[in-house]
Amino acid sequence: MAKKMEIFEVIQPGAYTTVQDRGRFGYQQFGVPVCGVIDSFAYRVANALVGNFQGQAVLEATVIGPTLKVLNQGLIAITGGNLSPFLNNTPLPMWESVAIHPDDILQFKGVKSGCRAYIAVAGGIDVPMVMGSRSTYVAGKIGGIDGRPLAAGDRLNKGEGTGKIGVRFHSDLIPTYLSNIEIRVILGPQDDYFSEDIKKFFTSTFKVSTKSDRMGYRLEGDPIVHRKGVEKSIISEPSVPGGIQVPPDGQPIILLVEQTVGGYTKIATVISSDIGKVGQAKPGDRIHFRQVEIEEAHRILREEKEKIESIKMFLR
Amino acid sequence: MCDKPRFLLAGDRGFLVEFGASINPEINQKVRQIFLSLEKMPIEGVTEVIPTYRSILISYDPFKTNPERLKTRILDRENNLDKCDIPPPETIEIQVAYGDDFGPDLEFVAQHNKLTPEEVIQIHTSGTYLIYMIGFTPGFPFLGGLSEKIFTPRLEKPRQLVPAGSVGIANNQTGIYPIDSPGGWQLIGKTPIRLYDPNGSPPILLKAGNYLRFKSISKKDFQEIAVRYNG
Repeated sequence: MAKKMEIFEVIQPGAYTTVQDRGRFGYQQFGVPVCGVIDSFAYRVANALVGNFQGQAVLEATVIGPTLKVLNQGLIAITGGNLSPFLNNTPLPMWESVAIHPDDILQFKGVKSGCRAYIAVAGGIDVPMVMGSRSTYVAGKIGGIDGRPLAAGDRLNKGEGTGKIGVRFHSDLIPTYLSNIEIRVILGPQDDYFSEDIKKFFTSTFKVSTKSDRMGYRLEGDPIVHRKGVEKSIISEPSVPGGIQVPPDGQPIILLVEQTVGGYTKIATVISSDIGKVGQAKPGDRIHFRQVEIEEAHRILREEKEKIESIKMFLR
Repeated sequence: MCDKPRFLLAGDRGFLVEFGASINPEINQKVRQIFLSLEKMPIEGVTEVIPTYRSILISYDPFKTNPERLKTRILDRENNLDKCDIPPPETIEIQVAYGDDFGPDLEFVAQHNKLTPEEVIQIHTSGTYLIYMIGFTPGFPFLGGLSEKIFTPRLEKPRQLVPAGSVGIANNQTGIYPIDSPGGWQLIGKTPIRLYDPNGSPPILLKAGNYLRFKSISKKDFQEIAVRYNG
């Protein structure tokens, strides 16, 4: 058994902070969604910066980050959206590993860009594994801290870590999170339920609604209308993260990681490399879609993997 | 009844294989056969297989394989199903205490269908239900086979909280709520059996493609089973 140590006491939980890892796989046939981090690029880099192996659990903070009191010495890295992290009232650099000491206060002073920040700790956030994952699944009441977001007074443990202080990489490789984004998609699985409005889908700009969370992002825009003579719903079927539902009202919903089954038509599916970009969009941000073929999506995925490999080279 | 499989892309890590366009046991049986064959003899690069009413969702690792290669393998599997030893479906019995606090809408379901509550229970317990698919919440079964004698529309106003174990009817469907959740189904009873136990082995009791029957038990039996379950 790895050595456990208390690392944080939660003073304020922030808007919505959960423990997440890369997700819970193998249980979708039983109605258990994958969960896990939404921005997998920021997550993987955060773990790499503190010397964690991939798959260790981190905190995912949303818009308003938590206030955490440090209980023991440790090493952290914050990546993803810039929610203005401060350590003891001094701005804390993101995308690099930083030492923390007992009684330090880590807090966030407001969103500057993006929507979700990832806080990785050397050794990983240590909570019990449930069905092969530490990811919080709130509706299923499992993972993380008792299957719920952090609450004031929670105490978090970490595993044993070995990272180094001051690890960083070339700033060219740090993503920027804009408020007007292009999301690349592959058509389908139910694009045949639409005809001329497929064009409208790709030329429109949609606004991210306030009703957006880890289950899905609701968009607002010119309604996308189904082809004449087809049903507007389908026999319920499982969805993958990134599936874009078009319900009868024509306002698309990008399904994310806590959705299992749905009965609405899905016009297109976000490529895996761009799901993190969706998760970094805030209510009010604008999204437009661009179609790519599957071969291009796979090439983009390979490039993303190479980018992470080159970041890891920097860290050695 | 089963069509030639249709392959539909679902992003860059998954696709659907559709075996038909309707909800019927024959199509679902095909789904079950291919699903079990893929569970028993996995194909390289496939990361997860999810059976549905009339299709299978295949998730794959794009660094190890691609949809074209998988398509060939799956069609080949379909053509050689007779060489794969697929066990017959199982039937699981779910004990239910009907009526009163356990099923506050039993009276309404009876009145709506001009039956007595006893007749509703008799009809509900005489059916054998195919578990077409699991989803919506962990362990929630989508069941087929409800007698039209007890079809009942949903509540006009959904309940904020339906307790775990509640057995309900919504139009032509019957089902069991595995976890406390909001819901609009007519509740006719409650089972002490846990369909979803995160730390159990297995964590989810039911499996798609199997069958389910309901058995009426007394309130006393309910309490005894509940105590045995919860230690």
